[in-house]
Amino acid sequence: MSTAPPALGVYVHWPYCARICPYCDFNVYRHRGRQAEQAALVDAIAADLVAHRALAGDHTLVSIFFGGGTPSLMDPADVARLIALCRRLWTPAETVEISLEANPTDAEAQHFAALADAGVTRLSLGVQSLEHGALKLLGRNHGAEEAARAARLARGLFPQLSLDLIYALPDQTPGAWAAALEKALTLDPDHVSPYQLTIEPGTAFDRAVRRGTLIPPDDARGADLYDVTQHILSVHGYSAYEVSNHARGPAAMARHNLVYWRGEAYVGVGPGAHGRLRRDGGWVATEAARTPTAYIQALSDKGLGHAQVDILTAQDRAEERLLMGLRIEEGVRWDEIAALDLHPGSERIAGLAAHGWVRSDAHGLRATPEGRRLLDGIIRTLIV
Amino acid sequence: MAGDKRSPMTPTAQIRNFSVVAHIDHGKSTLSDRLIQETGGLTAREMKEQVLDNMEIERERGITIKAQTVRLHYRAKDGLDYVLNLIDTPGHVDFAYEVSRSLAACEGSLLVVDASQGVEAQTLANVYQAIDNNHEIVPVLNKVDLPAADVDRVKAQIEDVIGLDASDAVLCSAKTGLGITDVLEAIVTRLPPPKGDETAPLKALLVDAWYDAYLGVVVLVRIIEGRMTVGQKLKMMQTGAGYQVDRLGVFLPKATPVDSLGPGEIGFLTASIKEVADAAVGATITDEKRPTAHELEGFKVAQPVVFCGLFPVDAADFEDLRAAVGKLRLNDASFSHEMETSAALGFGFRCGFLGLLHLEIIQERLSREFNLDLIATAPSVIYKITLTNGDVLELHNPADMPDPVRIESIAEPWIKATIFTPDEYLGAVIKLCQDRRGSQRELSYVGTRAMVVYDLPLNEVVFDFYDRLKSISKGYASFDYQLEEYRTGDLVKMSILVNAEPVDALSMLVHRNRAEARGRSMCEKMKDLIPPHMFVIPIQAAIGGKIIARETVRALRKDVTAKCYGGDASRKRKLLDKQKEGKKRLRQFGKVEIPQEAFIAALKMDDD
Repeated sequence: MSTAPPALGVYVHWPYCARICPYCDFNVYRHRGRQAEQAALVDAIAADLVAHRALAGDHTLVSIFFGGGTPSLMDPADVARLIALCRRLWTPAETVEISLEANPTDAEAQHFAALADAGVTRLSLGVQSLEHGALKLLGRNHGAEEAARAARLARGLFPQLSLDLIYALPDQTPGAWAAALEKALTLDPDHVSPYQLTIEPGTAFDRAVRRGTLIPPDDARGADLYDVTQHILSVHGYSAYEVSNHARGPAAMARHNLVYWRGEAYVGVGPGAHGRLRRDGGWVATEAARTPTAYIQALSDKGLGHAQVDILTAQDRAEERLLMGLRIEEGVRWDEIAALDLHPGSERIAGLAAHGWVRSDAHGLRATPEGRRLLDGIIRTLIV
Repeated sequence: MAGDKRSPMTPTAQIRNFSVVAHIDHGKSTLSDRLIQETGGLTAREMKEQVLDNMEIERERGITIKAQTVRLHYRAKDGLDYVLNLIDTPGHVDFAYEVSRSLAACEGSLLVVDASQGVEAQTLANVYQAIDNNHEIVPVLNKVDLPAADVDRVKAQIEDVIGLDASDAVLCSAKTGLGITDVLEAIVTRLPPPKGDETAPLKALLVDAWYDAYLGVVVLVRIIEGRMTVGQKLKMMQTGAGYQVDRLGVFLPKATPVDSLGPGEIGFLTASIKEVADAAVGATITDEKRPTAHELEGFKVAQPVVFCGLFPVDAADFEDLRAAVGKLRLNDASFSHEMETSAALGFGFRCGFLGLLHLEIIQERLSREFNLDLIATAPSVIYKITLTNGDVLELHNPADMPDPVRIESIAEPWIKATIFTPDEYLGAVIKLCQDRRGSQRELSYVGTRAMVVYDLPLNEVVFDFYDRLKSISKGYASFDYQLEEYRTGDLVKMSILVNAEPVDALSMLVHRNRAEARGRSMCEKMKDLIPPHMFVIPIQAAIGGKIIARETVRALRKDVTAKCYGGDASRKRKLLDKQKEGKKRLRQFGKVEIPQEAFIAALKMDDD
């Protein structure tokens, strides 16, 4: 009797964008004028996947995620090729969730049917907002009506549709945000990821904040908007299974992202992608070469895209488990965080539990919905 | 070389020892420089502006910290060659004892008054000291070339306020050189020569001492009787310590060696003395084998009156701070330090100073010369606490206050403060003094300037009084003080509690009537300085168990990263590592973390 090998998710980073958004701090590059490089990159990614199979060994492939950048700019044939390769390298689970991030522009929507044919089962649409002023502020290259059109098209083509939204824009009142959210829900998504606008260092928004032309939301306003989000989504039947992720039923939860939050293994391919793999009874963190050129070069030199592989100590691993695991409803198991000297009787935990921010039982530790809103502080209390 | 060693032959009748008494900015240094130049002590090329104030801080602040001396050779109108020794005294009340010893080394003084500004508070304190030392005093009106100079008014002021005859006052302008010869002639003709038997056993006054990186401790002496020679074995009468003279010299103003010094002469010696603390100002130096019968009067050990804790901002700098205070102490025996630990600020030193200026100078030297980033706690004075069992304790640090039930009474030092101010600010000055628990002793007018004398508790003055005075008078008021006496008062220890935990670095002794206002302002400040936590943080000021002021730091309502996926785990973990590192700059009080910066800001002494 053999049991199934452990679960594995594959992340494919496609770093090109038609334009760079002013709030984005991801590893992204302009799309235009890089066609030759893109063809070389697909080959490099394929070679890296093969190399990873040798490194990670057999796993049950539960998900593939094309993220970016803007992977909806990829040639659907390349998407199909990489999916097929993954399915060949690892043992596919009964259902493999295949997600792809897309921008809701008319141009990209033209590829949706081909992407669905290529095997994409879940489209994560970066709608961000359905309001003209907000889209302009966010520097998006699509209009509200265009985004709605893309979403309606995707709805008919993919088994799962997820919408990304951004809130806490300057001067956005809870009422205005509630209306915007309700409007997005009329597009009938299975899954919604509403993110509070975060000013990341080095972005155009960061510079605007420094200049004083953009005032970032404070915690009180953020909390009000967060509460509105939780309320509206729960009324509409979406459960908050993670800080910024809501699903219409367990089947609609993002399986790939659960890999991260549950601490399962994942392979990261493409420029700058991160992975977590088991090795010698412990875990290693992989990080691919950051620029497309360096990544392609690394593959041709060494046959592997990693710029570095770090061995995670038991404490590193436990910290990551706490960081990631408390974000989801199911929390972390005690054995996963034992290296942090955290156990059911810990004084630090008792203090947090007394405030109603965490709950502990025989199985493990969870953040309550109240606590999740203060999660960074809770983690600092537990670790720092 | 031999040509320089001309001192032995100067008869005492041709020596004049004098100091210059003046308020800051009235031109003392410029006049001294001009006298040096006029008598040929330095060529024009060598003449740097204000040669006597040579420490960087002294230059910037226009004050003299250490006594400096210069020997001038002057051929007077009577045809004789005179040796004029100028002792430049520290002009500030913090160094009053050093001033008194410098004055004791002279027979006369020039009282320099700015002819446009008139008599100021510091002028008074210093001139009274000169009078106490039986000095002959020659009034000199400086800056008579300025359009605003009013010679008659200032002469009248000197007579009214100080009670000196100013009819023969010398008029000069140190800046232009006008009247400088008159000043020199007045020194020769109006100041008395020193007296002293050359054959008597050696008796010399230790005027000052400082540490020189090349020579070690350098001692400035005034020979009273007898003769001091190179190689002679000396004895410090107060301590009994013996030293052999390595070098003798005079300042011309360049250090110039001599073989011996006779009665009335002023010069320096080195004798392998290790620390300035071994060469106490005011001490009597004599010959080891043939000592003088009586030591000089007026010796005392300098006592610090103001205390504060000095802590490194970065705890890792503690050893550097220890080395730095040790080095400063080598050169400044009046500054005291002992190790202190504070829950809020970590390891540091409780330091004692002669006064506020002294405190500021030491603090500045530590940061400037030793490149240290420091936090200073609120300055405090020495309280005398009488316990119910009759014991009397001296309290230097509010953190060491005994249990109030054991306290019978607390006494605090009071000062007599003299303030000169233009008429239009008098109201504000009086209000400031009243607010600081002052009681008025005198109020008089000198032209359009008012002179008020107040009794004030020193602990109210150490708390930013001088800054407030300057600000309400737009910089015009001048202030000086003398320590008077200890008086019992209704003093209480006020604690600041953050989330019910007392914060030692912020506790202070205050008068009961002032506690509420002080407590409220402290709580308000801390409220803005402590970042919001996950819970509400009460900040309270308390006397014993009684809360007298309260503020609240609101709770943080949202603190969570919006996006956290596979690529974020490493980044978040590294951020946590950084926070662990950053925690070293935070001080933990129960569950509350207070950034070091909050203490620095809260302890800044801006009141009201």
